[in-house]
Amino acid sequence: MMGAPVALLQVRGLTAQFNRGDAASQVVKGISFDIGAGESVGFVGESGCGKSVTARALMRLAPEGSSLAWGGTVLFKGQDLLQVNERVMQDIRGRRIAMVFQDPMSSLNPVLTVGAQIEDVVRRHTGASASRARKRAVELLDLVGIRDAARRADDYPHQFSGGMRQRVLIAIAVSCQPDLLIADEPTTALDVTVQAQILRLLMRLRRELGMALMLITHDFGVIAGMVDRVHVMLDGRIVETGSVDALFANPQQAYTQALLAAVPRLDVAGKLA
Amino acid sequence: MTESVQQAVPLLRVRDLSVTFPARSGKTPVLAVNRVSFDIGRAQTLALVGESGSGKTTTGRAILQLQASSGGSVQLLGYELGQLSRDGLRTMRRHMQFVLQNPYSSLHPRMTVAQTLAEPLRVHRCVPVESVTARVAELMTLVGLDPAMVSRYPHEFSGGQRQRIVIARALAVSPDFVVCDEPVSALDVSTQAQIVALLKSLQTRLGLSYLFIAHDLALVRQVAHRIAVMFAGQIVEMGGSDQVYGNPSHPYTRALLDAVPVPNPVLQRQKLSESAADVQFHGLVPKAGPCAFGEDHAQSGTACWHEVGAGHGVSCRFWPAPAQ
Repeated sequence: MMGAPVALLQVRGLTAQFNRGDAASQVVKGISFDIGAGESVGFVGESGCGKSVTARALMRLAPEGSSLAWGGTVLFKGQDLLQVNERVMQDIRGRRIAMVFQDPMSSLNPVLTVGAQIEDVVRRHTGASASRARKRAVELLDLVGIRDAARRADDYPHQFSGGMRQRVLIAIAVSCQPDLLIADEPTTALDVTVQAQILRLLMRLRRELGMALMLITHDFGVIAGMVDRVHVMLDGRIVETGSVDALFANPQQAYTQALLAAVPRLDVAGKLA
Repeated sequence: MTESVQQAVPLLRVRDLSVTFPARSGKTPVLAVNRVSFDIGRAQTLALVGESGSGKTTTGRAILQLQASSGGSVQLLGYELGQLSRDGLRTMRRHMQFVLQNPYSSLHPRMTVAQTLAEPLRVHRCVPVESVTARVAELMTLVGLDPAMVSRYPHEFSGGQRQRIVIARALAVSPDFVVCDEPVSALDVSTQAQIVALLKSLQTRLGLSYLFIAHDLALVRQVAHRIAVMFAGQIVEMGGSDQVYGNPSHPYTRALLDAVPVPNPVLQRQKLSESAADVQFHGLVPKAGPCAFGEDHAQSGTACWHEVGAGHGVSCRFWPAPAQ
């Protein structure tokens, strides 16, 4: 380790490229950013801007069957995640860096009880006994606000609503108290009322567990109260960076202004014919 | 301002519409839509807002006769849809169309855009066969797509472009009334704004009426003349757009409004740090005694509906606590 204080995560010149036959398309074109311990950072951009691929680089997760090649460096606690061997990565993935995906409907195994899926992760990462893992699973369900957790642990995913499933996925993600939680569009598939609950839950967990949060979304409305700093992405590049307050008050780039203007507002009535 | 003049015969008239899903083994039947009533005038938009499972999609499907209703009446252009013959209903389908939520699954992946748009034209024989190509090109232009792209397949388009194709398909037969079921929920915020603008301009140009189904009150603010808030199969509040936003009167409407993120970091941070009011609306319907407005409906036999302004009413059901 070097003597200088290092951020929890230092990304430098990250690139991502899909190779299809002789055609290659670069979807992340050299981006750099830091995330400090306990810091909350937002990434905003439209579909296809490369924000999800960036997040996956931190977990070194490539979509199945793709030939995704990453470049640059991703230093996590001084270790370059793009260089370490898969064994080391398995220990970091899910344990030190965890991820919550967009679609709570398809991210859980439909034939296993919710409790079993949490226990699985707990046992894998902590080597806990079956009974201990079970206890921890109930604790975690309780932590994410599922009532009557001990009984609900024996239910299957289809017995949970979309919001409850997202809570289960968050429970799995925070089960090992990760240093960094990546939330990739965690509320996009949910109702506004449920979205508000999930955002509050993420805020509370971040505070209670002292995690850093990387929040990825296309919706500036979701970002507003959640993060300290924002990176706006367009076409594989970061086009604007700033504190969330500065960016909302005084967006510099036309693209950022357009994204902000697109957020539906309660206080602005549309002009009706 | 909107001129919601109460016309003698509205374009769409829904009265006491109910839908019951039959009981599954050992369970009670589900009353998914419970005596829903509203009118939609020409070139007007009624937004039907509520959370997943509140029955708003089922309401839209029952109006279009895609779902059997268990009671009530639906009149479009003066015709009682439930009493039409098969052929009669097929003819009426020209006047009512559907835009679905997910443009990724509502287009046939192996049909070109030209085929997709020509199909309703052929089925309903809206235009002579030799003019179909011209009409397809016209529809593409109408929704802001380049007519040169008609020979492409759905996968070659982005989500927003696909939703434009779905809209063009609905408009092919020149309908009077379109049910838009969460038409932008699957899209990026920036694309949402474009589709909403398109729907608004089409309404102005073609005089369309919309039933606009959504779960987000902020989104419908830009499109709706009137708003109906739905909860557990019932409409709990209905009124003009300015009335519902200016004076939300049902606690559930207020909960929906409160859930919308405020695009202001200082306010939103404060909002998220406060613990949410954990309001439970279920099972707290007073069976007897005074309702939230102090009226005993069991005794008076009146409907659980209270006018709070001209054309703005609220249900006294699903109030979290009885009147103090």
